Amino acid sequence: MPSLQDLRRRVRTVRNMQKITRSYKMVSAAKLRRAQERVVAARPYANTMMRVLGRLSARAGDYRHPLLERRGDEHYVLALVTADRGLCGAFNTNLIKAAQQFLRENSDKKTEMVTIGRKGRDFFRRRKVDIVQEYINVTAQGVDHQEAARIARELMEMFTSEGSTVDRVFVIYNEFKSVLSQRVVVKQLLPIGAEAFGEAEEAGMDYLYEQPPAELFARLLPRYVETQVFYSLLESVASEHGARMTAMDAASKNAGELIDSLTLTMNRARQASITREIIEVVSGAQSG
Amino acid sequence: MPEKIHLSVVTPERKVLDMEVDRVEIPGLDGELGILPGHTELISQLKPAGLLTYHTGEDKGEISISDGFVEVSRDRVEVLADRAERPEDIDLARVLEIKEQAERQIQKAMTDPDIDIARATADLERAVIDLQLAEKARRG
Repeated sequence: MPSLQDLRRRVRTVRNMQKITRSYKMVSAAKLRRAQERVVAARPYANTMMRVLGRLSARAGDYRHPLLERRGDEHYVLALVTADRGLCGAFNTNLIKAAQQFLRENSDKKTEMVTIGRKGRDFFRRRKVDIVQEYINVTAQGVDHQEAARIARELMEMFTSEGSTVDRVFVIYNEFKSVLSQRVVVKQLLPIGAEAFGEAEEAGMDYLYEQPPAELFARLLPRYVETQVFYSLLESVASEHGARMTAMDAASKNAGELIDSLTLTMNRARQASITREIIEVVSGAQSG
Repeated sequence: MPEKIHLSVVTPERKVLDMEVDRVEIPGLDGELGILPGHTELISQLKPAGLLTYHTGEDKGEISISDGFVEVSRDRVEVLADRAERPEDIDLARVLEIKEQAERQIQKAMTDPDIDIARATADLERAVIDLQLAEKARRG
């Protein structure tokens, strides 16, 4: 039986811990709100871009571009977007599991990894996986578009550079469904698939082109990839804060339960010692 | 024919403008584009640095935009710019810093062929436009 003193100390410890988890939850809630706003703010650009691309692709016909080039099916690059920090429940674990599954399913292919976020890097660095590029602290202070564009450009570079044998580039990230739920998404980034161009536009009135359609197309495609990467990062950040908020909420609740049960034990111990003292006093008086 | 056009200016980060206007002038890559209601559908690249002007009645507004695209459909003008700033968003100190840096780069480019002079020129042009815009806004 732990002494009264020990119990008191434990209650105090748990209470301090609860203070931390509670404030972490509050911070996450504020960050989540901001991250969500950014996702919403980025949507119009992405939507308009897809529409313009769709119409252009219908015009550009069998136009060829390095980013559209379909090759073999031998050499993959897998970009994994994780968080830089932990304490966010199963957020990182789910991503890493999905990445491992991907590697298992494609074990007959050569797969290199690009890690965005510290957690993914730390995990795969210790394993037999080729990490060709790593980015750290990209998502910590909210996502910067410039930064996302740079990552996108480097991924495109891997795909299009002279003598590159990369056949496909994939990205794994957490999609923000709601505060309580995230969904791991595996998406092919390159070559750009037909889904980029949305529904085929009906052949109505054509645009007046200030520049040749092929040139416009060539300028838009890399931007499309940049937007995709940017959007994935935004989604990932929102999911991370959502996951952390949920995890911290659960931790605060558990701490509360622990405090209750410890307090109960503590009171019982105190009651027992009081009872013992009274018995001693009474029996002393009787014998006297 | 519609009386107004719906103008929206978006960047990858945010929506900068979304309103009904009478007329808009856009800095296209191959020349200024004046858009009135009922304009033919059109698509164009934007200049690396330029000023977009929109008119509603007597009022007129300006936005400094750089790089990107514009799509004109029947009664909508959608500008997808890499960067778009309203006069009140412009950070003067930052712009001055960029301007100085660009000027230094151009100076250096005379002797050093490795420097991307096109980019430095675009930066400078953008900074000058931003400055003018901010100046105008301050005078009201």
